[in-house]
Amino acid sequence: MITMRTMAAIVAAAALALAGCGERPQVINYKQGTYQGKPDTPAYKNAPFNGNKQQWDNAIDTRMQAQNEYARIRD
Amino acid sequence: MARMKFLCDAERCIECNGCVTACKQEHEIPWGVNRRRVVTINDGVPGERSISVACMHCSDAPCMAVCPVDCFYKTEEGVVLHDKDLCIGCGYCFYACPFGAPQFPQTGAFGVRGKMDKCTFCAGGPEPDRSDAEFQKYGRNRLAEGKLPACAEMCSTKALLGGDGDTIANIYRDRVMHRGKGGEVWGWATAYKLPPAGAQQGVPGTGAPGAAPAPAAPPQGAKS
Repeated sequence: MITMRTMAAIVAAAALALAGCGERPQVINYKQGTYQGKPDTPAYKNAPFNGNKQQWDNAIDTRMQAQNEYARIRD
Repeated sequence: MARMKFLCDAERCIECNGCVTACKQEHEIPWGVNRRRVVTINDGVPGERSISVACMHCSDAPCMAVCPVDCFYKTEEGVVLHDKDLCIGCGYCFYACPFGAPQFPQTGAFGVRGKMDKCTFCAGGPEPDRSDAEFQKYGRNRLAEGKLPACAEMCSTKALLGGDGDTIANIYRDRVMHRGKGGEVWGWATAYKLPPAGAQQGVPGTGAPGAAPAPAAPPQGAKS
């Protein structure tokens, strides 16, 4: 015959054992602030590109591909 | 144009600190501030590796999240920049950054913190492009000149790549395809191995059936 005290001990032990399952995520979710400083212009906005984004993209892409020496020395 | 990123090839980095010097020279960085530095693991031990580290211009930048005065912003190219006129030099960004990128000039004998300074991906800051004010506060704006960061372009071994994340990832992938991986990477030809003549990867008949591709021959004059 299980006494009330034994039953209470079993329930307490079960609650203690299951406590680990209830762990909450401890990763902080940061909220990004809103920029409060001065506005900046895009890199292609002023001279020498004067707002020509395509030309700026081409210039940057040429520079990027120049970093691949396999493309430069192959054959 | 997508996101601007840096990528450092640890197989190629020779710890020459050319990137650090190029950065300091390009932006006239004062003593005590290192926007870029070279970190070496197992220094002096066979198999040591070096990597050049600066602001990685995170897609979800923790410095932007913790700044109490919200002085950070991100350009449309994905470059993380900040407004020095707004910065109060609290140092929260330094604690939040996993790369130790934010730098604080020591303006006095008692270690008073100045306004934060960090790698700008050579993109200047919120001042008129290529103006004196921009150069004084943030350094040269090479992106506005259609150029990549000085550190990447000056890297003698091309260990440090800079530019659009997808493009430099493709360059790195192409490099790894040529030099091999794992046990294929061995000796002097580790970083610059060229494919043997007529033996391109995926071309049938270049190796025994079912066998692993043979290691590429070292370049003329190279030792392994």
